Amino acid sequence: MEAEFIYIGLAALFGLFMAWGIGANDVANAMATSVGSKALTIKQAILVAAVFEFMGAVLAGGEVTSTIRSGIVDAGLLSDTPELLVYGMLASLLAAGTWLALASAKGWPVSTTHSIVGAIVGFAAVGIGIDAVQWGKVGTIVMSWVVSPLTAGFIAYLIYQSVLKLILHQDDPLERAKRYVPVYIFFAAFTITLVTILKGLQHVGLDLSLQNSYYLAIVIAVSIALIGAVAIRNIRPDKKAEKKQHFHTVERVFGVLMIVTACGMAFAHGSNDVANAIGPLAAVISVAHSGAVASQSALPIWVLMLGGGGIVIGLATFGRHVIATVGQKITQLTPSRGFAAELAAATTIVIASGTGMPISTTHTLVGAVLGVGLARGIEAIDLRVVGRIFVSWVVTIPAGALLAIVFFTIFKAVLP
Amino acid sequence: MANMLANIFGSSPVFPLEKHMGIAFDCAKQLRGFFAAVVAGNWDEASAMRAKIVDLEHEADQVKKEIRLHLPKSLFMPVPREDLLELLLVQDKIANRAKDVSGIVIGRKMAIPQSIATLFLEFVERNIDAARQARKSVRELDELFTAGFKGAEVKLVTALIEELDQIETETDDKQVALRAALFKIEAGLNPIDAVFMYKVIDLMGEIADMAERVGRRLELLLSH
Repeated sequence: MEAEFIYIGLAALFGLFMAWGIGANDVANAMATSVGSKALTIKQAILVAAVFEFMGAVLAGGEVTSTIRSGIVDAGLLSDTPELLVYGMLASLLAAGTWLALASAKGWPVSTTHSIVGAIVGFAAVGIGIDAVQWGKVGTIVMSWVVSPLTAGFIAYLIYQSVLKLILHQDDPLERAKRYVPVYIFFAAFTITLVTILKGLQHVGLDLSLQNSYYLAIVIAVSIALIGAVAIRNIRPDKKAEKKQHFHTVERVFGVLMIVTACGMAFAHGSNDVANAIGPLAAVISVAHSGAVASQSALPIWVLMLGGGGIVIGLATFGRHVIATVGQKITQLTPSRGFAAELAAATTIVIASGTGMPISTTHTLVGAVLGVGLARGIEAIDLRVVGRIFVSWVVTIPAGALLAIVFFTIFKAVLP
Repeated sequence: MANMLANIFGSSPVFPLEKHMGIAFDCAKQLRGFFAAVVAGNWDEASAMRAKIVDLEHEADQVKKEIRLHLPKSLFMPVPREDLLELLLVQDKIANRAKDVSGIVIGRKMAIPQSIATLFLEFVERNIDAARQARKSVRELDELFTAGFKGAEVKLVTALIEELDQIETETDDKQVALRAALFKIEAGLNPIDAVFMYKVIDLMGEIADMAERVGRRLELLLSH
């Protein structure tokens, strides 16, 4: 194919831009929880995010990427006209990017994932034909958008209830916190490492048996819990601050836990959201290289790294500011509440990533926060905003689709 | 879109409520200096104290408006919005009563009869104690929210409210004694002054009543 480099170049550029946007905006939601509760400084949060977003993208981002790349469009119909897939994927990237830029400017709460999936479905259904869309798979994806916030909310509710019962309702909350927080750390570390090992390590060439995977996850989780326990032991009550807020020291203990869940959240976010940027890119590459629609070609690792790198650049350029702004607004999410939301969201997202479901990480986190709220953990939640999120959820899909159809038509006319 | 997470949090009414109670107590506390000046016949000092009370009452009003403004019906909170607004209302009345009682005394340049002065100042002091205890109880609001209105924290607040009730009962006793003392000397007073003296005692006693009602409102929150 003559235009191979133009296609790949354009796709890489659009993909990088998308990844940059994710890093600049979406990562803030994953990290601001920790900054807002003062468990991490902004500098630490950016460092944690950079490392774990990248790790999540490279180690566990493969499954979702292949869903975006080849799970939505039925590539079989395009074997005679592979260039249509290239145009479509380029159009989808541009459409999602444009929609997100518009939404950011207007302050609408829209999801990157919904935009890109809407765009791909749009170009495929209208540009190629209704049959080109794998509706069964798309149905599952849309279901997962409903299920993931609900699941995260339910888990968060249970976690926060357990925190109330085991620690905050007790006469000696500090002693209880010191005892139970390492257990929470263990569960957080265990879930995330296990999914990574099960789903990510084949990617980098390691293949462990199921049993060994569990052993490894337990060993890693126990080590992290031990490190956490040592850090917790060194926390001394601050008598002056305690007088103002009895739970001051208890919250500091939860702060240690929150560092772990923040890492998990960044990892989970990287594993799910990198696909939005590089899934279409991966599709373009496989067509451009082979000149045919090969849905089974391996995903080049450099593509994942490009996505991870783009997120880190976005984080370094604009993310800092956004994290600071969001962090200031969510001070109600103290460490004891924030960790419950983060742990529930991270667990849900990592599992979704493992099964290749492209979900909205932010909506999942919002669901988790609502779960903590239902457990009477949040002082005030604005239900109007929750309603607005739902509306933009519904609007984003046709909007992404419409834009993708427009760009697709233009590309078909202009590109070689 | 980064604001999606930030915006679902409404502004929490907890710290503003604690702040409002702090101002209301501060306002009531000025009555000690005010009546000391009145008993001493120092009207310049009394006027200065009165101005301070008016300022603090005004400040409390501002915070009250601010809280109401940021408490739309669409908020989802662990306790009913109405109960928080009621709490705010009775807190505000503590400041209002301090303003009313000082206003009457200043307006009529009322002298407190020397024979009941000590009893009267003690009565004022105990009413201020009640307001202080109310503030102490309201300061536990953030801990109550953290603990989801259950467990050890509830026991702590219940104990604080019991103490508040105790103080309020004492102010009632003092009020009865004060009225009896006034009754004994009322024949010697200007009749209108005597009527207003009873009025001042009533208004003063309402500070402890309002403080007690703050406790009742808090209890209602605990029962959710």
